[in-house]
Amino acid sequence: MSTEPHYTLYHPRWYRRRVSVWWWLQNRSYTAFVLRELTSVFVAFFAVVYLWQLRALAQGPEAYAQFLARLKTPRFLALDTVAFLFVLFHAITWFNLTPKAMVVRLRGKRVPDWVIVGLNYAAWLVLSGGVAFVLLRDR
Amino acid sequence: MPSTVALTVTRYRPEEESEPTFQTYEVPFRKDWVILDALNHVKDNLDGSLSFRWSCRMGVCGSCGMKVNGTPKLTCATFLSDYLPGPIRVEPLDYFPVVRDLVVDLTDFMRKLKQVKPWIIRNEEKPLSEGEYLQTPDQVDTYKQFSMCINCMLCYSACPIYGLEPSFIGPAAIALAQRYNMDSRDQGAAERLKILSEHDGIWQCTFVGECTKVCPKHVDPAGAIQQYKLTAATHWVKALLLPGGTR
Repeated sequence: MSTEPHYTLYHPRWYRRRVSVWWWLQNRSYTAFVLRELTSVFVAFFAVVYLWQLRALAQGPEAYAQFLARLKTPRFLALDTVAFLFVLFHAITWFNLTPKAMVVRLRGKRVPDWVIVGLNYAAWLVLSGGVAFVLLRDR
Repeated sequence: MPSTVALTVTRYRPEEESEPTFQTYEVPFRKDWVILDALNHVKDNLDGSLSFRWSCRMGVCGSCGMKVNGTPKLTCATFLSDYLPGPIRVEPLDYFPVVRDLVVDLTDFMRKLKQVKPWIIRNEEKPLSEGEYLQTPDQVDTYKQFSMCINCMLCYSACPIYGLEPSFIGPAAIALAQRYNMDSRDQGAAERLKILSEHDGIWQCTFVGECTKVCPKHVDPAGAIQQYKLTAATHWVKALLLPGGTR
């Protein structure tokens, strides 16, 4: 089979529409998708702050105190809040998508989506609880 | 309830114009009419030059996919009454070259579909005398969803990745590859892996998820692609860790 169609007279005169630079504003799910992709920047941001914190810790108590003071500036708090919201969006949207990628079969039957999503949230809660316990137990 | 509804339809006549234009027709509104009925009314009574594809009128043949008010739809399964008061905008599917009016060229998909080898591959066919390849209902269940695809191309039209990277194999072709990969009678998964894990395969997909939303047969191509990413990644790790581990 030839893949090139043969037309006469006016062909090929196909019309090809260009994809607009603003395609991601065309509908809400495209926008949500691009926002979800953008969240990776904020995840990276938290990783960088964490590395920065480790460096301050290695440089001694004075540097660490300076680091903590810098974290408390209004500008940083604002940035932190925005970044936190994006990371939440990242976590929630990806958790909700896990059943699409993970199909678990028990005794030949597919485990319902809500169970898989629920297990993700449960693990999240347990881990967050563990971290909170470690941080707060000496207070 | 209105007696008529306005249908705004894309016209593209390559012998007359260099870009598509819109033309509006006033069609009778009937509760039981789908968009395709309205288009046929135009063709039969108002303007015989309007071109569009259709065949079965019952969501099986996959010919009548078009964009209705911006969303890819099977026009035989989309009722006028859901779009009142109108006007209803009918356009050809996105990202495919438009041949004429609402007709798009699907050669690109046909070529890609063939690439993923959507048929049962056996290392060695067993002789006829040994009978059929048997399957349990559970085994059928693992791939049945992906086998419902009717190649209507709504998923390609909903996929911005396909628009931006036309070389992407695309949702339906990957879902159909997965349909055969998961079939207990098939032994061609390794052959398909070569095509699917290449640059234009699954890794182009960034999981927008729209393909699954627009699919009229609930095939879930986005799910098929993500599941296959997991398979391909596992395969890659195995190949890395175990010498000859993937056979």
